[in-house]
Amino acid sequence: MAKYSIFNIIKNAFNEDKNWARAWRDPEPKKSYDVIIIGAGGHGLASAFYLAKNHGIRNIAVLEKGYLGGGNTGRNTTIVRSNYMLDENAHFYEKSLQLWEQLSSELNYNVMFSQRGVLNLAHTDSQIDAITRRGNTMRLNGIDAELLDEKQIRKLMPYLDFSNDVRFPIKGGLLQRRGGTARHDAVAWGLARAADSLGVDIIQNCEVIGFEETGNKITIVKTSRGNFNCGKVGFAVAGNTGHLASLINLKLPIESHVLQAFVSEPLKPMIDHVVTFGAGHFYISQSDKGGLVFGGDIDMYNSYAQKGNLPLIEEVVTAGLAMIPSLSRLRITRHWGGVMDMSMDGSPIIGKSPIDNLYLNCGWCYGGFKATPGSGWVFAHTIANDEPHSLNKGLNLERFKKGRMVDERGAGPFPNRH
Amino acid sequence: MLIINCPLCGPRDHAEFTYVGDATKNRPENSDNSNDNAWYDFVYLRDNPKGLHQELWQHSFGCRCFVKVLRNTLTHEIIATGMPKDNLILKEKGLELSV
Repeated sequence: MAKYSIFNIIKNAFNEDKNWARAWRDPEPKKSYDVIIIGAGGHGLASAFYLAKNHGIRNIAVLEKGYLGGGNTGRNTTIVRSNYMLDENAHFYEKSLQLWEQLSSELNYNVMFSQRGVLNLAHTDSQIDAITRRGNTMRLNGIDAELLDEKQIRKLMPYLDFSNDVRFPIKGGLLQRRGGTARHDAVAWGLARAADSLGVDIIQNCEVIGFEETGNKITIVKTSRGNFNCGKVGFAVAGNTGHLASLINLKLPIESHVLQAFVSEPLKPMIDHVVTFGAGHFYISQSDKGGLVFGGDIDMYNSYAQKGNLPLIEEVVTAGLAMIPSLSRLRITRHWGGVMDMSMDGSPIIGKSPIDNLYLNCGWCYGGFKATPGSGWVFAHTIANDEPHSLNKGLNLERFKKGRMVDERGAGPFPNRH
Repeated sequence: MLIINCPLCGPRDHAEFTYVGDATKNRPENSDNSNDNAWYDFVYLRDNPKGLHQELWQHSFGCRCFVKVLRNTLTHEIIATGMPKDNLILKEKGLELSV
């Protein structure tokens, strides 16, 4: 693999950029792999990359039913943050954020990670109390957090509605300066290129259609491109986890729901940060192309369709207008839906499964994108050592049986409320 | 917009309804420890099918009744609706519980 560098850019410019090698191979699948990761999105590719890099396992296949990065990796709102409160989440997401900070240089691929800051607005005294508590907890955990008052926010984000007669006046906000956004496709491409250069086979258009088990082990993964013998199997298929698990009669504490996201027509630079509304569910940032990227709640009913419904669009836009009235005449140019693996406590499940050589990486709810490198890091550790890393120990499947929920919102076992 | 045919009110927009969830889960009889697995299954585990799904919606802005809906989670097509005790799969004979 040719290293990307300024010298290479100059050198190739002389040949009108005709001589760049392809970024990753399109290999013919082998008969047998030590580890098969199902799902070539960010999480699957990151898992394969860290398995190869940190654990020296090279005989790996990443199977993808469509094209790589074509699922939720290409469908999110690209937000990266680690402003969590509970220990199980906080340290894991902070590790992930630290990996983001070096990801571009680690992959030799610009993932355009931009630490522009993530601000959560608070509109009532009780919300101020809540974000103060959250901020203090984060700081005690060694994660950066800053409490801003209305004046400070006004200076940073003059476009927010600060008028006195609004239903949800802005009282303050919690800012994580190290949070921000990354270019989602570049994350998939960079990880694919780096994993491929370490010998990982990325096999696209290869849908898993079944498994063969011997004892309590998966021995063969059946796909649309033939059957593969496998040593270990990892699921990293986000919203399709329920479907894949049903192929081996595994029931999980997960429901699939559809989440919509939106991009507006491009504007000159207006929103310099990621901002979230505190009185409704709404988050917004501006892409480098100028489009405002925003989203809100899931559609609330079980769905495997990568499309949503109109009432939710109205709700999202209403929340957006309450926060930034100047959006009112903006046109939405694109909108889409992605299938979320909503877990019963709102936190991910990443670890071992009831089947000996099957490992689960699922239940990411809305929050999978920011977890990409961290998820790969701990999932690779879990697969290689057959036991969880200290960072994902608490995010196991057994916690539901034992009643040790990691419920950040305290919403209870209702997947659509997390 | 999904149009849900409420057995009491007739066809209405789904915005009038609140989604309750999987209608196939049955509350275990006893709440003592002997039934832990049944409770685990009831509270947490879901079939989460890609295809036909029996689910409950509450007609919050209508009659407030719970309505059972047989819906395809892949296409959002609503195949049948009824009262919570109705078995919609049996009613719609010939439909398999898979994609």
